[in-house]
Amino acid sequence: MTDNTTNLTWRQWLNSDAPTSRRHARIAAIYHGWQTFSSNTLAMVGLGILLLLFFVAALAPLLAPHDPLTQNLAGRLLPLWTDGHPLGTDSLGRDILSRLIYGSRITLYIVTLVALIAPIAGLLVGTIAGYTGGIVDAALMRITDIFLAFPRLVLALAFVAALGAGIENAVLAISLTAWPPYARIARAETLTIRRSDFISAVQLQGAGPLRIITRHIWPLCISSLIVRVTLDMAGVILAAAGLGFLGLGAQPPSPEWGAMISEGRKFILDYWWVAAMPGLAIFTVSLAFNLLGDGLRDVLDPKSGSS
Amino acid sequence: MSALSSRTLVRILKTLVSIAVTMLGLLLITFVIGRVMPIDPVLSVVGEAATRETYEAASAAMGLDKPIAVQFLIYLWDVMHGDFGNSLLTARPVAQDIARVFPATLELATLGTIFGVLLGVPLGVIAAVKRGTWIDQVARIVALVGYSMPIFWLGLMGLLVFYGVLGWVGGPGRVGIFYVDIVPPVTGMILIDSILDQNWTVLRNAIGHIILPASILGYYSLAYISRMTRSFMLEQLSAEYITTARVKGLPERTVIWRHAFRNIKVQLITVIALSYANLLEGSVLTEIIFSWPGIGSYITNALLSADMNAVLGGTVVVGLVFVLLNIFSELLYKFFDPRAAE
Repeated sequence: MTDNTTNLTWRQWLNSDAPTSRRHARIAAIYHGWQTFSSNTLAMVGLGILLLLFFVAALAPLLAPHDPLTQNLAGRLLPLWTDGHPLGTDSLGRDILSRLIYGSRITLYIVTLVALIAPIAGLLVGTIAGYTGGIVDAALMRITDIFLAFPRLVLALAFVAALGAGIENAVLAISLTAWPPYARIARAETLTIRRSDFISAVQLQGAGPLRIITRHIWPLCISSLIVRVTLDMAGVILAAAGLGFLGLGAQPPSPEWGAMISEGRKFILDYWWVAAMPGLAIFTVSLAFNLLGDGLRDVLDPKSGSS
Repeated sequence: MSALSSRTLVRILKTLVSIAVTMLGLLLITFVIGRVMPIDPVLSVVGEAATRETYEAASAAMGLDKPIAVQFLIYLWDVMHGDFGNSLLTARPVAQDIARVFPATLELATLGTIFGVLLGVPLGVIAAVKRGTWIDQVARIVALVGYSMPIFWLGLMGLLVFYGVLGWVGGPGRVGIFYVDIVPPVTGMILIDSILDQNWTVLRNAIGHIILPASILGYYSLAYISRMTRSFMLEQLSAEYITTARVKGLPERTVIWRHAFRNIKVQLITVIALSYANLLEGSVLTEIIFSWPGIGSYITNALLSADMNAVLGGTVVVGLVFVLLNIFSELLYKFFDPRAAE
């Protein structure tokens, strides 16, 4: 094969109907998914915003014009577009833009932790329930139902009340209220996969339950969980901001966006931007997650992509 | 006939058992939360300077020296008799406090749901009928923005614009300061109480105060209801009986409202019940913003002053309402939609 033909057939290779190897098939599938995804403008906007958020959070010390915690009582409550403070300053003279930039780190921290804890817990519960069946299944699903029946924010409030305020406890409380839907999804997927022929084949080859669950069932549950995680992240951000707003999440002087709204609330009628700016940041990020989740659903879960 | 009624009976029994188990689990969770909290309930009663004897006597009086299982049973017994203990903050029984604040939340959430249904259902139907057009896109964006908006921030911005700048609505609270406690509380819902008292001045003032928080909750519920309505309608509109109706030459309005819409009514009612339950919870943050004296404000204030009896009592009551609404919507679905009954 010459250089010339390989160059020409790059795209053909990706679009090939008859993959020559497992890796070929996988790469082609990813390529097709990306094509579907990237034709969805709104989803691409969401992805763009989130990439920007990662970028801002990673480079916070370079991008922020001021220290987020340094107070300057001489320059407090400065309006928008003030020289050196494009988004103004808060009641202690701290630069709002810098606080928003550093606050993106807290938002990402919370989102990442919840996105790891809740789905993994749900995956464990769901696959064990679905694969074992019988009493274990009934008991685990009953527990899941009880948690599902609880109003989420109120339950998170009660947990934080018991554990004490703080970011880590807020993450824990949100995760504790977020895992049940994942367990439901994982169980449903497990039930359909469990009866299929390839599982019987693996069983006949002598694979134990542990190997079947970890090597054959989990990989097939992942895509529906990822869609759900992305769609849930908007809710997680809103819940974290709500807890921060109530003074139960990140503690001052931490530049958490919800807590910043709470600080700005006292001056809302005269110095509206102090509360407005962090709210816009929360809204933008949670909108981005919703847009991305919508797009991902079309790619990863074609069954429900009818909209 | 008798076979049918015995089957119904079994179904009712099953539902009752399911409610009981869920409530038991809910109480177990609140009990555990009450146990793991870092505040020593005995110490907060007897004070730091108490002797060992006083401390132990108080501990015994509160039943804290008994085995944990017995403590849980006592807790169950008390809750079933409507006894959530006394609130540290108000020094009154928590149950009384909740009975006083709950109507305010109910009033707000009900009005919010009414707004959400009146606007969300038509929006969803139109979006489905005009699928793919700009109307559909607008409806999608309206819903997405609603899903993504921090509700407490929306409330703040609403107060800023409509109260602070435009002065169109009343500020925080249920009525202006001159109208407090004028109408006798009968239902605890100020709109209904002022109508009963035929006090139109108070009614007008109360409407001015409730309109903004109710609209904000309404927007929240509109986002959900319109999306669900749209997907239910799409499902119906692609069915063959709709094509038949159109081929028969029925006017489009009849096809949409008399044929398709009639078939989604049951599904829609269950969605509305769920959205109502979500609003009861969503009102927690909204109540804080608008100083609305409902159960959300009550729980949050109790939380900030470590008043654990009040927090747990409030959580149980909100949880109970939530569970009942969920089960109600499920039942409704099963009883009215024969496809889901089996």
